[in-house]
Amino acid sequence: MSQIALQMKGINKAFSGVKVLKKVNFEVGKGETHALMGGNGAGKSTLMKILTGVYTLDSGEIIIDGKSVEINNPNDSNQAGVAMIFQEFSLIPKLTVAQNIYLNREPRTNLGFIDDSKMNAETQRLLDELDLHIKATDLVEDISVGYWQMTEIVKAISNNAKIVIMDEPTSTLSLKETEKLFDMIDNLRKKGITIIYISHRMDEIFKVCDRITILRDGENVITERLSELTMDDVVQHIIGGKLKRTFVWEPREVDYTKPPLLEVRNLQSGDKVKNVSFDLYRGEILGFAGLMGSGRSETVRALFGIDKIRQGTVCIDGKEIVVNNPMDAMKLGLALVPEDRREQGLILEHSVKENMILPILKKVSNKFFVQERKVSEVVKDYIQRLNIKTDNEDKIISLLSGGNQQKVVLSKWLANSPDILILDEPTSGVDIGAKSEILKVIRELADQGKSVIVISSEITELLAVSDRLIIYHQGTIANSIPRENLKAEEDVEIAIQNV
Amino acid sequence: MPSKMSNFFRNMSWRNYIVYIAFIFVFIFFSIYLSDAGFLTAGNLMSIARQTAMITIMAVAMTFVISTGEIDLSVGSTAALSAMTTALTLQAGMGIVAAVIVGLATGFIIGAINGLLVSKVLIPSFLVTLAMMEVGRGIAMWITGTAPVPILHDTYIFLFGSGDILGIPVLLIWTIIIAVIGFILLNKTPFGRQTLATGGNEKAALFTGIKTARIKLSVFIFTGTMAGLAGMLYAGRLEAGRYTFGQGDELSVITAVILGGTSLAGGVGSVIGTVIGSIMIGTINNGLILMGLDVSQQMIVLGIILILAVTFGKKSKST
Repeated sequence: MSQIALQMKGINKAFSGVKVLKKVNFEVGKGETHALMGGNGAGKSTLMKILTGVYTLDSGEIIIDGKSVEINNPNDSNQAGVAMIFQEFSLIPKLTVAQNIYLNREPRTNLGFIDDSKMNAETQRLLDELDLHIKATDLVEDISVGYWQMTEIVKAISNNAKIVIMDEPTSTLSLKETEKLFDMIDNLRKKGITIIYISHRMDEIFKVCDRITILRDGENVITERLSELTMDDVVQHIIGGKLKRTFVWEPREVDYTKPPLLEVRNLQSGDKVKNVSFDLYRGEILGFAGLMGSGRSETVRALFGIDKIRQGTVCIDGKEIVVNNPMDAMKLGLALVPEDRREQGLILEHSVKENMILPILKKVSNKFFVQERKVSEVVKDYIQRLNIKTDNEDKIISLLSGGNQQKVVLSKWLANSPDILILDEPTSGVDIGAKSEILKVIRELADQGKSVIVISSEITELLAVSDRLIIYHQGTIANSIPRENLKAEEDVEIAIQNV
Repeated sequence: MPSKMSNFFRNMSWRNYIVYIAFIFVFIFFSIYLSDAGFLTAGNLMSIARQTAMITIMAVAMTFVISTGEIDLSVGSTAALSAMTTALTLQAGMGIVAAVIVGLATGFIIGAINGLLVSKVLIPSFLVTLAMMEVGRGIAMWITGTAPVPILHDTYIFLFGSGDILGIPVLLIWTIIIAVIGFILLNKTPFGRQTLATGGNEKAALFTGIKTARIKLSVFIFTGTMAGLAGMLYAGRLEAGRYTFGQGDELSVITAVILGGTSLAGGVGSVIGTVIGSIMIGTINNGLILMGLDVSQQMIVLGIILILAVTFGKKSKST
């Protein structure tokens, strides 16, 4: 590694007082493919958002090609030669590959008109150089989705990007397309393009990356050549030395001799849930582990009536049920705390109180009117029980911290007293204190006899609350493991990675 | 209770009360500037109340539609059509009860069609109601070949037009009844909460088990029916049904709602704000007439007010 393409030195970043990056250093060599890893909240996406100009750093320095640069907005970042390949592709399907690549900077003829022949020729040259078997004149909607991403990458490079950031690039790709992408990465490396590769898939990292930087809790853990590391080493570094005290597992008694409360058989839904069967017992906390896109969220969305169930049966208390919409699911005693609280869980400009009582309006109203006295009772009760930190119940919810917002979403559903509570990433973007409080609430609910499903990409968390873990793999369930058979986080990580 | 008061002021962003300040300002300005022209006389103030009644009634209902993040451009045409059907029913000698039912049902049906197209067929409300604006007005012209239909029914004219009860114009009484119903509906009932939730975050509302499609259908039926009532009041006040009633009202109605602090993006609505907004527009129009401006100039002023209201009412970026 003779030359350094990018150096980020002593990067600090805090959000409303919470430090998310603490003096992080990140260095990538020219033409290198560098993996960036870390658990949720480790700070890797914040770091990349600073590099791409979405956030500005509090202190620290960014050096690109030996020159110190200031990045205050996405435009600065582009100018500096940095490009991020987004998950949601920013291509226009009705335009050709070349038209997309040269959008808004088309080459002109002497008369000032768009020079189509030059544009197509240039594009074709780039495509051939990278050994991509598509034509510059193909319509984007006619080429396969795998090539969309590659077109995006070509677009970035033709716009003089020297550093390309890929975030989980293979999550939407088939195996064959993934192979193609790796070939392309090889070709890019030969051209001297630097790639920052973010992924949770260990095998890919080892296949395509030269070096790796691991972050944990906003701090550097290690930067090392991958040839010097084993998969176990990487897992160790991501997880950290020991579990935090709040995340210690407390064994609980679940009666597995009684028939299960929820039985799911051969469930199929969308293209992510291929064949899912599992049982959920009374008073049990069941953890769903798996990679991103393995079908965990999609399973519970189908159970809650948001997505259509294509095939399979669902029984509650031995009786087959039909759920067509969330209203049906609620009547059957289900509750879903959705994955993205800002998008799906809350009305951000409304108050704590208004958000909390939304699912129970009927219960706090008489025949015609909402009864403010009852509302106040319920709301005060939950603010106290879940220790929600808010000045008062009329505070606008967007002004609360992430953890407290999540507690409001949780209380919204508890107020409806469900039998089966499903939590999708209940602690994402939540600080460690609120996290342990939320885990405590989950345990208390299960102790009261409620059945709980927890989906989380944080294995520490799953190990802390689950009585049993289900391992998802590409839309099916690969394994069901009782908690006591799992000694450490590595066991789960390996179960997820090695299926 | 100082703490409660300070909370009250803190939770009130300035765009929520700007309309009240603006109204007071406008009122004082006209009172001084037009004191000789008779602005501040009881007669003139009552006439403002009569003139704004229809706009206010439609605006109260429109507050609900805009709170769900939708819009209804067809209210003026619906009012005209309702006025026609009501007048025709009276002309046919079917009596006042039948006329009232027909008038309200006309609005109800148009609202239901709008609502179904928006909530079930999923066509943007802007397009649906733009089309319905043409269709409604077209039918109103067509049924009598553009001829006006005189109303000779005294009781109807008293109840829906020029009557006074205990010295209060009936038009003002209708306005108050609808405003009170609207206020209670939006602030005190589950339906009101669900309306605001649908506009605030439709996805979250749906995930919470709110039937957002049904809420949208209901709010369109509400505006349709209230536009029907407004049309009946036009007919009563002018003692005839005419296809020209309510032309351009959609602009005044939407301006009143936006002035009142209801968010065009949905999720935030204020019935009281709407009422004040509507009265303010009526006051400005009245003042401009007294100042000697003609209709064309009033139109220019109203358009400018709408742009100002939207500009200053725009939500500040929240985090």
